[in-house]
Amino acid sequence: MHFQYSIEGGDFSRAGNASSQLKKLLKQLNVDSQLIKRIVVALYEGEVNIVAHAHRGTIDVDIEPDKVFIRLSDEGPGIPDIKQAMKEGYSTASQKVREMGFGAGMGLPNMLKNADKLNIESEPGKGTIVELTTLLR
Amino acid sequence: MIEPVKEFHHALKIREDVCIGCTHCMKVCPTEAIRIKNGKAVLSNNRCVDCGECFRACPVLAIIIEQDDFDKIFSYPIRVALVPSVFIGQFPKTISTEQIYSELMGLGFTHIYEIEHSVDILADQINPYMDDHDDSKPVISSFCPAIVRLIQVKFPALVENILLLKAPLDIAAIYNKKKFSDLGYKEDEIGLFYITPCAAKIAAIKSPVGDEKSDVTGVINMNTLYNKVYSGIKQNDKETCPVPTRKFLSPQNILWTLTRGESENAKGRSIAVDGIHNVIEFLDKLENEDLPHFDFLEMRACDESCAGGVLISGNRFLTVRRLHLRAEAAARKIIRGIEPEEDILTEKSFLLANIRVAKVKPRSIVKLDDDMLEAMKKMKKVHELLRHLPLVDCGTCGSPKCASLAEDVVQGNANIAQCIFVQKLLEKRKIFTKEESHQVLENIWGKEKFENKWNVELDF
Ligand SMILES: Nc1ncnc2c1ncn2[C@@H]1O[C@H](COP(=O)(O)OP(=O)(O)O)[C@@H](O)[C@H]1O
Ligand code: SF4
Ligand SMILES: [Mg+2]
Repeated sequence: MHFQYSIEGGDFSRAGNASSQLKKLLKQLNVDSQLIKRIVVALYEGEVNIVAHAHRGTIDVDIEPDKVFIRLSDEGPGIPDIKQAMKEGYSTASQKVREMGFGAGMGLPNMLKNADKLNIESEPGKGTIVELTTLLR
Repeated sequence: MIEPVKEFHHALKIREDVCIGCTHCMKVCPTEAIRIKNGKAVLSNNRCVDCGECFRACPVLAIIIEQDDFDKIFSYPIRVALVPSVFIGQFPKTISTEQIYSELMGLGFTHIYEIEHSVDILADQINPYMDDHDDSKPVISSFCPAIVRLIQVKFPALVENILLLKAPLDIAAIYNKKKFSDLGYKEDEIGLFYITPCAAKIAAIKSPVGDEKSDVTGVINMNTLYNKVYSGIKQNDKETCPVPTRKFLSPQNILWTLTRGESENAKGRSIAVDGIHNVIEFLDKLENEDLPHFDFLEMRACDESCAGGVLISGNRFLTVRRLHLRAEAAARKIIRGIEPEEDILTEKSFLLANIRVAKVKPRSIVKLDDDMLEAMKKMKKVHELLRHLPLVDCGTCGSPKCASLAEDVVQGNANIAQCIFVQKLLEKRKIFTKEESHQVLENIWGKEKFENKWNVELDF
């Protein structure tokens, strides 16, 4: 089953909408609550990254009996050094974003922790694609 | 984790003979537990959490809260009124506690016990409990039974976070039972009657979530007793009877059932949320981990907590104010060296040995099916149906929302032709006759609503 959500950069008040929607669906599907938590937390971080760092983006979710696949693609500055971005605490977030409680540099590490597979592709100046896979055991 | 099918006791009942099928209750129900069938509201037992929102919304008083017959108290030689502090908080300043106590005794109680005394047993246990449960933070209070049930049905993943300690009412009941059996009374001679501010507490007494059986003998609705006491005082016709004096409660105990009563006691980061719709919004964020860390959440179904219970007669804000004034007076007494009277502490070790409750089990109403493949099939159908529905949530189909009709259809509990928009479409395509449409609406709304009340031929 396929679902799509669109995200506007800079709209912090609505960050988390897609994760809330997906959570509702996964609860309806009686997916194990610990798994739901992992998926939702990872997606939430991805959503916030688009809001905080990019201009706009799309989230595609594919729910299959054995896995949930999420693809977050955005138009934005991209990530020049992915290895560095993956480091805990690394963040280029502005002071303003930090004051709103975002930008602790834990987003990408958190996604890695909560997904079974994380794949990031980025083209500086164009955008970023993040793919998250969670197996439903 | 499949729960055995079990009927849940609800104190809320819809009187079919009074209900006018107006949909007010259906629209406010936070768990979408109400449908309209044959012109009457029908409550789903598995979805209802006894919050009482429907009771507040009903314009014709068709929703009642079942209580025990008052005369039941007279089957017991020992008749204890277990009174929450909000009961007394409702009365205006012109009525003294002595007058209230005197009326209660005049009505036939032999003892009056203010439930909040038992907070002295509970309060000290919460912080150590939190230390022991660092892995299930935030710990969510189990005080309000409507919230416990809400979590079971709507936020099943959060049942692990529920505080597994008894509520003050249960501790007070155990204490009173012990006290009187130590004095030589047999179990069937001790009548413990709870004066309830809400339906949720009744449901929790009649079918407790964690425990097998409650020690409370019966319940009396607070508004019923308020009326009896108030009119008794006004008529002033009873002989004055010997009145026990109200025992001195500590400020913390007095305020326990109000908003922030519990959270103020919890160490670490705590927060209090009241109003069931606010609680739902907050728990939704909690599930998404879209909140800062909290150690303790106090959550109450009613706005202003128990001062806003559905069976409270007085104004909730005035009740809160009076209890705060009482707490301030108590604090002044303590400064002057007067100690709260806590007889209950003599039974502390016995009560602590009984303070735990069994694990709370989830019973999700959200899942479409236990089996995920089946649930996926159903979800596809729901989304397919939703494409054909107008999404105006008008309620004419007898379900609160288009989405709930779609789910009802997929679960085999409704027909898509209950949607009036779908009916029009079917008529236009000559699949449905006007008579067939009419029949469907009559099934939902009953014959009466379609009677010609003007007694003239209508032609428009
Ligand atoms: N979608 C994105 N577009 C551009 N840069 C990103 C994106 N996601 C992450 N980054 C970069 O990676 C860094 C680390 O991301 P993250 O671990 O989520 O921490 P934070 O968002 O708190 O800064 C960000 O500060 C940012 O420079
Ligand atoms: S807040 Fe108090 S009165 Fe309201 S439902 Fe909960 S326990 Fe009952
Ligand atoms: Mg981030």
